[in-house]
Amino acid sequence: MLYYPSAIVGLLVVFLLVFTAIYAMIKIPYNEAIRLWRGGEEVWYQNPKFAPPAWFNLFSSKKYSESFAVKTSDGSMTREVTPGAQGTSTMSIAYTFDFSYDYYPQELILYFTSSYEEKQPFISAEWLTPDGRKIRLVNMALSQKQTYRFSQDEKLKTRLRTEEVIPYLFSDPETGALVKGEYQLLITGAAFEPDADINVEFVSHGQVYGLAGTDQARRDLVVPLLWGAPIALAFGLIASLGTSVLTMVIAALGTWYGGWIDELIQRITEINLVLPFLSILIMIGTFYSRSIWVILGATILLSIFTGAIKSYRSIFVQVKESLYIEAARAYGASSPRIVFLYLIPRMIPLLIPGLVSSVPAFVFLEASLAVLGLGDPVLPTWGKIIEDANSNGALYRGYYYWILEPATLLMITGLGFAMLGFALDRIFNPKLRDV
Amino acid sequence: MNTMSHKLLRIEDLVLHFKTRLGTVQAVDGVDFELDTNRAVVILGESGCGKSSLAKAILRLLPRNVQKYSGEVYLQGTDVMQFDEEQFRHNVRWAAISLVPQAAMNALNPVIKVGEQVAEPAIVHLGVKREAALNLARRMFQHVGVPEDFLERYPFELSGGMRQRVALAMALVTSPSLIVLDEPTSALDLLTQANIMNVLKRIKQELGTSFILITHDIATSSELADEVAIMYAGQIVEVGHARDFFPAPLHPYAQMLMASVPRLRSESDPMFITGQPPSLVNLPTGCRFKARCPFRFDKCEREPLMFGKNSRKVKCWLYE
Amino acid sequence: MITELRDLKMNTPKINEPQALLTIQDLRVWYELRRFGFGHAGYVKAVDGVSFALAEGETVAVVGESGCGKSSLMKTILGLNIPTSGEVVFDGENLSGLKGDGLQHYRFKVGYVQQDPYGALPPFMNVQKILEEPLIISGMKSREERLARIHKVMSEVKLHPVEDFLKKFPHMLSGGQQQRIVIARAMLREPKLIVADEPVSMLDASVRVEILKLLRALQESHGLSVIYITHDLSTVKYFSRRIFVMYAGSLIEKADTRQLLGNPLHPYTHALLAATSDPEARNAETFKEVPPGEPPSLVNPPTGCRFHPRCPRFMAGLCDVKFPPDLEPEPGHFVACWLYQ
Ligand SMILES: Nc1ncnc2c1ncn2[C@@H]1O[C@H](COP(=O)(O)OP(=O)(O)OP(=O)(O)O)[C@@H](O)[C@H]1O
Ligand SMILES: Nc1ncnc2c1ncn2[C@@H]1O[C@H](COP(=O)(O)OP(=O)(O)OP(=O)(O)O)[C@@H](O)[C@H]1O
Ligand code: SF4
Ligand code: SF4
Ligand SMILES: [Mg+2]
Ligand SMILES: [Mg+2]
Repeated sequence: MLYYPSAIVGLLVVFLLVFTAIYAMIKIPYNEAIRLWRGGEEVWYQNPKFAPPAWFNLFSSKKYSESFAVKTSDGSMTREVTPGAQGTSTMSIAYTFDFSYDYYPQELILYFTSSYEEKQPFISAEWLTPDGRKIRLVNMALSQKQTYRFSQDEKLKTRLRTEEVIPYLFSDPETGALVKGEYQLLITGAAFEPDADINVEFVSHGQVYGLAGTDQARRDLVVPLLWGAPIALAFGLIASLGTSVLTMVIAALGTWYGGWIDELIQRITEINLVLPFLSILIMIGTFYSRSIWVILGATILLSIFTGAIKSYRSIFVQVKESLYIEAARAYGASSPRIVFLYLIPRMIPLLIPGLVSSVPAFVFLEASLAVLGLGDPVLPTWGKIIEDANSNGALYRGYYYWILEPATLLMITGLGFAMLGFALDRIFNPKLRDV
Repeated sequence: MNTMSHKLLRIEDLVLHFKTRLGTVQAVDGVDFELDTNRAVVILGESGCGKSSLAKAILRLLPRNVQKYSGEVYLQGTDVMQFDEEQFRHNVRWAAISLVPQAAMNALNPVIKVGEQVAEPAIVHLGVKREAALNLARRMFQHVGVPEDFLERYPFELSGGMRQRVALAMALVTSPSLIVLDEPTSALDLLTQANIMNVLKRIKQELGTSFILITHDIATSSELADEVAIMYAGQIVEVGHARDFFPAPLHPYAQMLMASVPRLRSESDPMFITGQPPSLVNLPTGCRFKARCPFRFDKCEREPLMFGKNSRKVKCWLYE
Repeated sequence: MITELRDLKMNTPKINEPQALLTIQDLRVWYELRRFGFGHAGYVKAVDGVSFALAEGETVAVVGESGCGKSSLMKTILGLNIPTSGEVVFDGENLSGLKGDGLQHYRFKVGYVQQDPYGALPPFMNVQKILEEPLIISGMKSREERLARIHKVMSEVKLHPVEDFLKKFPHMLSGGQQQRIVIARAMLREPKLIVADEPVSMLDASVRVEILKLLRALQESHGLSVIYITHDLSTVKYFSRRIFVMYAGSLIEKADTRQLLGNPLHPYTHALLAATSDPEARNAETFKEVPPGEPPSLVNPPTGCRFHPRCPRFMAGLCDVKFPPDLEPEPGHFVACWLYQ
């Protein structure tokens, strides 16, 4: 094994995938993963849309702004409350951050939550730039839940005489150049009842986000990328194991018993070979069910009677004639015994490499189906990411990361299994081995 | 160069080692022997002792994984080991020494007529025109006893015996002075075997060719042998004239090997040799036969030399 | 027992010798040839009218060239081929009447030793598994019992220490050791008959005799009947009491070993003996007398005596017209040749 570098690389990749799969399942349990994947704005409001991963900045001389979200409730935003007369209070909420990027954030949002009996609390928000300007953003009374989007404040736009609020906030009004340095958001609130309270969450939707970026629904792509691994592995392994084992058993039975059984298998194979495999799957996906288990079952059934059964058969025909089988017949071994204990074990060295090498084909198949919109509606998979990217025009809009990330994982998976399969073949079937 | 004073072939300290994952296979390990014109030497040995490798070493038909290839091969006094590949191909391979490889009859090209295949070496090695080569092939078919109209046939239309004759004709077509035959009859039937041996004898008589006959079939080898060389674990352990050797082999291994041959025309009870030959990767020190030798004594811990006794040579301390 | 058998008329229509362990009566094994997978295109008459009887404890050698039908005959005796016609009676039971359990039971009583020991052993099983298989099949449930039996048989074939071999796979053994495993496997269920199809032809000269002697010793100590198939006449006399010479699907000469080697009658037997060399230097000085041509096609064998196109003593008008019957020019020496009419 150690003689084959490709085996080591392949094995490493496969180990890494398995590890990722296990990590994914522990880190984000199945139900949580589904909740996140199917969650909308309420789950993902903190994230920007279409944001490439944050590590883009490592490779770019101009820096994209990263996203952040801070809030008073967990102390990541400071809040000082000063009690006043007759149960009123004022509070001062501030968040200072360093802005040293070359691109503006997509959006800045304030999410207020307040509690009161009758009289609404009141806030005023100001923006302090590094060069010492102070820009008044908004004064308003708060309902219990209130969202303030900087770029959509029409009053602010007129006051600042610009359509583009966010760039304005981050640049020199004279030159229009971006100003780097320490910015501060200052919110002064006034509550008019003893139990009244104001909390705020300040979200900056940057240009980049997290490890993997986000999609059109603000979802963090880490979730489907991680969870894609166990699903791809399970689909690929079950499909290739199921297919190979069933194909082999059927080929062995056909070859051994011969006669009409063999004929039947041959005819089914010939018919199946001319049936359009993908179209059938698409039909099943469209008209019956897109559940991954249904597709898996159909894939296995359709893949049994293919060219593989013919090549297994041609080898079994030779093995069937071998002396040790003749000996087994002579000492009275029954037909099922010969098939399962004498014919099939002979093929294991051929089966295992073939099985490993055919995993990628099935992983790709599942991805292709997802790309065609026939992926499992519930599960986060690599194919689904590509489908979303595709239907949101990722390529012509320049969101290459969105397609490249799942595609790279698919390719690595394919390569890993292919290399391992190739190496296993050379180990198990040493005739190919160069001396 | 005066060819008369020289032996047709003299081999000195020929070594051919292969490199494998398990270690170095010392398939041919210091072989010496010589052969006169119009003589036949048989090289006898058990399976895996390096017989085919010796043939390959003489004809310099080497696989890729050669670890060591050295020694001297004098062909009529010229050390052809000094030749480069081009010279060797022109002057030695097929021109002077040709080979009938092991299982040659199954190695014929199935889609080319046998006549063409027999003519091929003459075209390649002698530079003869195709017509002339086909005529040569026709003549060779007569020598080996294949009807002339078989020139136009394909290998699968021929029986095993006929194909073996064709392979023999292929070796003869360049009129070499020496033919190396690697197990030429072992896959054949008794009567076909006898037929082929007759053909070889006739060629030797009529064309004056010399032979190196490699085989493990001791009885059949006696049909052609002028000289006998016994090979054991990559080395030749005994050489001598057939008429001296067959009645009374000297080396303990040769004696036991001869005693193991069942005979049709005598009542002797055949014996067998216990144990197995050593692995060519892990050779013992000293005499390579010592583990199976009933005469082993202290000296056998050192490698025996070739001791000469009249025209015979034995690699055994008993004959010091 | 043997003398009684010798007195049998092989060409008489019924053989009802009570002592006979195995009786073959006018056996034919024809393989149908098909053109392009279907459509009849004749028969390969691999065995064509073979009769003989074998007593308990008797050893017989079947000698013949490649393709003359030796293996086809043996496979029929082993129940692996279905006879086209004729009868195989073993221990009083007709083989053609046996099915299922009966056939399986029959197989327990016959051991089979094949030509190529490496091919005859499943490469993915270790020695213990290989030897357990026939015992499991014959219903030996207890593992201890099986192992005890394996130990016994392995020491009988001189594979000791047994423990060293049990876990080995066939490719780890030498040819001779592999063949001992094959023999052990054949001996496991205490058979009455062993069929050995060229058991030593793939082995090295130094090992051959060892294996033949082993088979011989087992035959003697267990009172086995052995059918030894070979193309090598020189090994026959060490092994068997009788020799059958087979040519193109039929047995053309049947005799006691000494009788046959000392006084061969059939021209083909003569040729075989002449072609067999002993290792002697003077062989190189003379040419061998070999009949011309090659064995005939078994699809369209020659009319009359099948050897007639190659026979040096061919008698036109007789040999090429009528098939010679089994004649008995001296007691117990049968020959199918018109010369002995
Ligand atoms: N190319 C090779 N690489 C490695 N080992 C080799 C190679 N060719 C032959 N050998 C080994 O060298 C040894 C001698 O092989 P060789 O074919 O010369 O034996 P042989 O005497 O001709 O045997 P046989 O009678 O079976 O033909 C064997 O152990 C064989 O496995
Ligand atoms: N299953 C089969 N179908 C068709 N022809 C067969 C079959 N088995 C054997 N034959 C043919 O029957 C003839 C006799 O074969 P068989 O194997 O009995 O010969 P054999 O004497 O054992 O030869 P060998 O010494 O080569 O083993 C051959 O011509 C062979 O090609
Ligand atoms: S040298 Fe020693 S061990 Fe080797 S053959 Fe001679 S006596 Fe035997
Ligand atoms: S029957 Fe005639 S042809 Fe046949 S072997 Fe006897 S003499 Fe020869
Ligand atoms: Mg060889
Ligand atoms: Mg056979």
